[in-house]
Amino acid sequence: MLEIGLAHYLTVAAILFTLGIFGIFLNRRNVIVILMSIELILLAVNINFVAFSAHLGDLAGQVFAMFVLTVAAAEAAIGLAILVVYFRNRGSIAVDDINLMKG
Amino acid sequence: MIIPAIAFYVFAAITILSGLMVVTARNPVHSVLWLILAFFNSAGLFVLMGAEFLAMVLVVVYVGAVAVLFLFVVMMLDINFQNLRQGATNYAMIGGIIGVILLLELIFLLGSAAVLPAGVAGAQPTPAFDVMSNTHALGHVLYTDYFYLFQAAGLVLLVAMIGAIVLTLRQREGVRKQKVASQMERRPEDTLEVVKVQSGQGV
Repeated sequence: MLEIGLAHYLTVAAILFTLGIFGIFLNRRNVIVILMSIELILLAVNINFVAFSAHLGDLAGQVFAMFVLTVAAAEAAIGLAILVVYFRNRGSIAVDDINLMKG
Repeated sequence: MIIPAIAFYVFAAITILSGLMVVTARNPVHSVLWLILAFFNSAGLFVLMGAEFLAMVLVVVYVGAVAVLFLFVVMMLDINFQNLRQGATNYAMIGGIIGVILLLELIFLLGSAAVLPAGVAGAQPTPAFDVMSNTHALGHVLYTDYFYLFQAAGLVLLVAMIGAIVLTLRQREGVRKQKVASQMERRPEDTLEVVKVQSGQGV
């Protein structure tokens, strides 16, 4: 228990990932919370990357964690911009209302 | 030996608890604040793993930029969040079942310990900390072997920035703005007229 190894970090990341998935199901009408759940999932991925990087003594994992961070920031910015435009047009952010194109 | 273990359990517990609060909080503003707490504590986990630079980047990028952006949007949009909550419990059951199955699968996978053994020579061996700090070592790798990917990451950010601006920019009706070009084009001879006025007469 007191020896903190790779498995401990991977378990934390697995729990965070599951919480992110669960959040998408639980708040499936609220786009903002869905975006936050995606951030949680990406955070879990980052923890996995860094845990393996520390375990294997390989810096490449940390470099890729940084790239994941970049993509997550870009995704949040674009997602929130789309959300603002959508709210301006429809006056709502409910996922159920996104049926304008009847796709 | 015991202090890193205690630190790990504290950081991990707070991260997971705040992650749970992010998805279950009724008010999205509270969700964002819990998200900030989760990011801070995972930065602590990163420090424990010896990735100090990434921990600081996590605090700067996520807490300083992404979470504040979320907070802005949540507070700027006038949304009735109560309507969005209704019907949430219909899917909590199936979501919970899927989540538990996923978690059990992930933990079985980890428990089987089918991961690589420690000490395998990786592509980028981490230098010892007394030789080179984490930031220094990361810079050595990032600006040499991963240089093109680094540039591509910059391009991704540029495209995201331009995209966000293009999406949210709008021309409003009835707003009086300063038109710099027409101000600069204005010449004295277009607008000024010198009139000799005889005394005792008006213009």
